[in-house]
Amino acid sequence: MTTLHRRPARDRPREASAGPVRDGRRLGLPRRRPRPAGWLFVLPMVAVFGCFAWWPIVRGAVLSFQRTNLVEAPVWVGADNFAALLADPLLWITVRNTLWFVGLALILGFPLPILLAVVMSELRRFGGLFRVLVYLPVAVPPVVAVLMWKWFYDPDHGLFNQALATIGLGPFLWLQDTTTAMPSLVLEATWAAAGSTVLIYLAALTSVPGELYEAAEMDGASIWRRLWHVTLPHLRGVLLIMLLLQIIGTFRVFTEPFVLTDGGPEDSTVTILLLIYRYAFIYGDYGTAAALGVLLAIALGVVSAVYLRLTRKWSRA
Amino acid sequence: MSDDRGRGIVSDLDRRRPAMRWSLRLTQGVLLLATLVVGLGPILWTAKGALSSTQELLREPLRLWPSDVRWENLAAAWTELRVGHYLLNTVVLVGGSWFVQLFVAATGAFALSVLRPRFGRLIYGAVLVTLFVPSTVSLVALYLTVLDLSLVDTPWAVWLPAGAHAFNVLIMKQFFDALPRELYQAAQVDGAGPFRLFWQIVLPMSRPILAVVSLLAVMDAWKDFLWPMVAISDAEAHPLAVALPRLAETAEQNQVIAGMLVAIVPPVLLFLVFQRHIIRGIGFTGLKG
Repeated sequence: MTTLHRRPARDRPREASAGPVRDGRRLGLPRRRPRPAGWLFVLPMVAVFGCFAWWPIVRGAVLSFQRTNLVEAPVWVGADNFAALLADPLLWITVRNTLWFVGLALILGFPLPILLAVVMSELRRFGGLFRVLVYLPVAVPPVVAVLMWKWFYDPDHGLFNQALATIGLGPFLWLQDTTTAMPSLVLEATWAAAGSTVLIYLAALTSVPGELYEAAEMDGASIWRRLWHVTLPHLRGVLLIMLLLQIIGTFRVFTEPFVLTDGGPEDSTVTILLLIYRYAFIYGDYGTAAALGVLLAIALGVVSAVYLRLTRKWSRA
Repeated sequence: MSDDRGRGIVSDLDRRRPAMRWSLRLTQGVLLLATLVVGLGPILWTAKGALSSTQELLREPLRLWPSDVRWENLAAAWTELRVGHYLLNTVVLVGGSWFVQLFVAATGAFALSVLRPRFGRLIYGAVLVTLFVPSTVSLVALYLTVLDLSLVDTPWAVWLPAGAHAFNVLIMKQFFDALPRELYQAAQVDGAGPFRLFWQIVLPMSRPILAVVSLLAVMDAWKDFLWPMVAISDAEAHPLAVALPRLAETAEQNQVIAGMLVAIVPPVLLFLVFQRHIIRGIGFTGLKG
């Protein structure tokens, strides 16, 4: 993030005494009256974030050490929730499933938008049409997208099996088979999400200076070498951030397994968020659900920190 | 696209070579076909399914257009599945979420950028921190909080949490920061108080960013699923997105697909009409990320 204006007001030395200095002073604005207005304007934001962002984060952490059934007062149980979680065999299945989902989603969903964006930016016609077509799936509400794909995947009447049957393949069970269920979810999720990533890359591609390509061409670099040595290095900041956002986003997959498979068959698509949902809203065990939420947040935090540290050197363009 | 910046990887010289010309043309054709099938296809499939009989849907899924177009499916979905009722719920939830998001972000960003109250930077930092805390930590706690405030089963349970959207505050504040400060000072000298400054000067100048935030807010709220499902337990009050999976299990299938079509059309139309703003907003998201 870059600050667009350097404001002179900020550089002004702040008065040492905390006396009757009003905020207006620091702005370099004429100081005519006390300014409670600043607080008035900031109040809705502080109230909403306080109630629905900051407090729930703190409370989630606290809740993970408590047992509550919403009727009686919550009881401190120390690390019991975490112990119960770690003893739940489903947890490890869930972690494995989620990692599998994240891995597949990256293999499919990371290179595809890059490829699409690069190709789209090189074509001289239909640019606007391509952008609209690519983004359309993103405009479809996720639940509806998932319900559509449920139809496509139907083993007997689905579009995919019927289409594959015409070239003599199948029938496949897709969602009903433990080996194909997760890849099927990944396919749908990639379809639903790739469009917005393509548009982000397209925007980033416009920032590559044409002179760089010209210089590379003068030096005799082929198109592939220009792509590899000019385009991709120039995009690496965006690419690295998008990769991290994709990892974090896919770790939190919920709608697909919830609606398409409900975690089945044989728990092969239970993901972490689905398990949190079940603990909280099916079993009513809010403490353990919160504990799992905390564990996931810590895991994502560690992943992000390590990732940012590892990539810090490369991300500076 | 290429025209925006003069040149890309493939130079004019390359484009003159016949082999290059043909492969570009081929790529263009393949990409057009692929994006049509993959991007538009499922939406057209839904439209077709909504107008077909269920038997035909099951017997001939590959059929491109129904043998007899049954507009009455839409009417049946409207009356029997009460799609209209759930759509109204969605509109109410989306409208309120939109207003709360815009109100909180505009006033908050104005305060942080222009009025700069004491601890403003601290508050801004705390707002930005929430961008990095995944919502999974707070899902359960948020539910219990909403329960404590007795908002569950009221639209407020969806409206108010929607306002805690740090990204809106971020892009709004960056926009306000970029407005010339002389403007504020001139207004102040003319005796305009903070309210007039906000209402008559800053807001009218901020239409582009208000449009971007509004569109992203409406699209997001329309797509929401998990939170409305959790926060609103009364099935009657569910938005269409939450009601559809439940209806899909029991109702006549072509009516369910008609309901899906109803849920798709508004956001897709919104996107088609305002695509420039939305695409700019998304580009903005990425560049600032």
